[in-house]
Amino acid sequence: MTLPVSDPSATSSRPCPPDSFFELSAVSKSYGAVESRTDVLCGVNLGISEGEFVAIVGFSGSGKSTLISLMGGLIEPDAGSISLRGAPIQGPGPDRGVVFQNYSLLPWLSVEGNVALAVDEVFSDWTAAQRREHVLRYVELVNLGEALAKFPSELSGGMRQRVSVARALATDPAILLLDEPLSALDALTRATLQDEIERIWEEDRKTVVLITNDVDEAILLADRIVPLRPGPRATLGPSFPVRLSRPRNRTALNHDPEFKSLRNMVTQYLIEAAATQASESYSQPVSLPDVEPMDLSAPRLSIVR
Amino acid sequence: MSNRARVIRGFEFAGLDLLVPFVRLFAGEDPREQLITITRSFGIPIIAMAAFFGIWSAVAASVQTSIGAVPGPRAVWHEASNLVEEHYEERQKAKDFQVRMETLKEKYLAQGKPWKERRYSGKPTYFDQIVTSLKTVFAGFVLASLIAVPVGILCGLSETFYLAVSPLIQIFKPVSPLAWLPIVMIMVSGLYTSSDPMFEKSFISSAVTVSLCSLWPTLVNTALGVASVERDYLNVAKVLKLSWWRTVTKIVIPSSLPLIFTGLRLSLGVGWMVLIAAEMLAQNPGLGKFVWDMFQNGSSQTLAQIMVAVATIGFIGFLLDRMMVSLQRVFSYDVASV
Repeated sequence: MTLPVSDPSATSSRPCPPDSFFELSAVSKSYGAVESRTDVLCGVNLGISEGEFVAIVGFSGSGKSTLISLMGGLIEPDAGSISLRGAPIQGPGPDRGVVFQNYSLLPWLSVEGNVALAVDEVFSDWTAAQRREHVLRYVELVNLGEALAKFPSELSGGMRQRVSVARALATDPAILLLDEPLSALDALTRATLQDEIERIWEEDRKTVVLITNDVDEAILLADRIVPLRPGPRATLGPSFPVRLSRPRNRTALNHDPEFKSLRNMVTQYLIEAAATQASESYSQPVSLPDVEPMDLSAPRLSIVR
Repeated sequence: MSNRARVIRGFEFAGLDLLVPFVRLFAGEDPREQLITITRSFGIPIIAMAAFFGIWSAVAASVQTSIGAVPGPRAVWHEASNLVEEHYEERQKAKDFQVRMETLKEKYLAQGKPWKERRYSGKPTYFDQIVTSLKTVFAGFVLASLIAVPVGILCGLSETFYLAVSPLIQIFKPVSPLAWLPIVMIMVSGLYTSSDPMFEKSFISSAVTVSLCSLWPTLVNTALGVASVERDYLNVAKVLKLSWWRTVTKIVIPSSLPLIFTGLRLSLGVGWMVLIAAEMLAQNPGLGKFVWDMFQNGSSQTLAQIMVAVATIGFIGFLLDRMMVSLQRVFSYDVASV
């Protein structure tokens, strides 16, 4: 097992200082040994302003998780750099709160314990009373005041994800990274939590990166949608700004012509990107091994000499 | 939670899942199904036990040894009640002795003579021997756990450390207690030389031998538990930038507690098994010595007495295992539903 290590070699030189709050420039990431290398991400550029809610939409397997792990600092890019407030990020840190797809709650801690673990670590100079008050505030924020003493195994999927959101928010991160937070939930819970996320975001306008495979979800929540062209060698497509007024109402939205056209554009873009990708990957001829079926009736060679 | 649910949870917690249908039956919850469950879960073991005792008593009488026929269940039961009786007699004697001494003391003091305390020096009863064995096994088990858990955690955390100690583990793990004991006894008599020893040498030798044999399951399971902490939990630690120490104490150890307790449970089982052999040779006044003494006696009761000891050892082993299961349940979170 590996424990958190910050690697100063991640600081690569850059041609010009970044002007965005959170910026990825020419980020690439590959996996595997030299001979069987898979380039997952290739030359990803993205600039996010402070307080912006950006949704990155892509099909499953297009490199979304790799992208969020890079932003969170859990993995290092092979090339390019990621910077927050102009300073290159070095490893993971509480300035980038991550909400994982599978909640990642610690099953032996209660709701309060899970949030407190984060708060106690980040605000270690506060008094115990201050920290507890802070924990309570964020548990209340996600409407889980009643479930404070419950354990993750006693909570529904939606409630667990709320705890995870509370834990990430409670550390007061500069940017919140949501890695397909709602994809494991049923449609109804998903809708409720989408509303919840919007409400919470309206409250403190944090910078948010939401990774999702649901175009509707992206339109409902984000200021800007960035499609991820599917991997291998995945890269980001052009931004689609969402100019719908807030708060957005999902029922009204369904009949909004702008919503409809935006949804069509993003979906169309993704489908075309996938089609191009598919035709590219099939263009290479594959050589099949030259084999003949074995004749079982023929006498076999004995191994014994 | 209703009262019934609380009682059921308590039973399950104590490892008495068998009694749960009775609670449900008592509460009038689907009586037919509960009766079927009870008949199955009690009827079959009872029939099997009855068959076992039947075959035993039928066959026993026909097996002749140098010291008489093999005793049947009835003879063994008789011997067991004798041992209990002996215990009470011995206790009574001790009490009588105490009373005699008290009167004697008063007399001495009244006459102005100096009085010296005297202790009753009767032989240990069967129950005393059980208590000694339990003390020894727990001493050995605690010692083993104090070594095995930290070393196991280090093994799980550091691959280098694991590679370093792995050969030692592999080689020492299969060694029998009978091989350790002479070494331990010589070491103890060489190193533990106090004029007023707090513990008997035989006690220490037995306990250390128990430790040497029982620390392996805990060590291996702890190492496995620590090495297989979920990546997600470690990612949480990384994102929060927990220090090494806090990652270990807040994430790694809690997450591997279920496996640590599995190891402890196996260790206590091994320890109890090894103890009897160790006591036999070290002459630690416990159940092992009891078996050995009876064997040396070679009286007509020998076999029956040893069989009582066998039953006792088995039953206590079973209780110790139940105890560890309950402990395991206290410290294990529900992995399946997270």
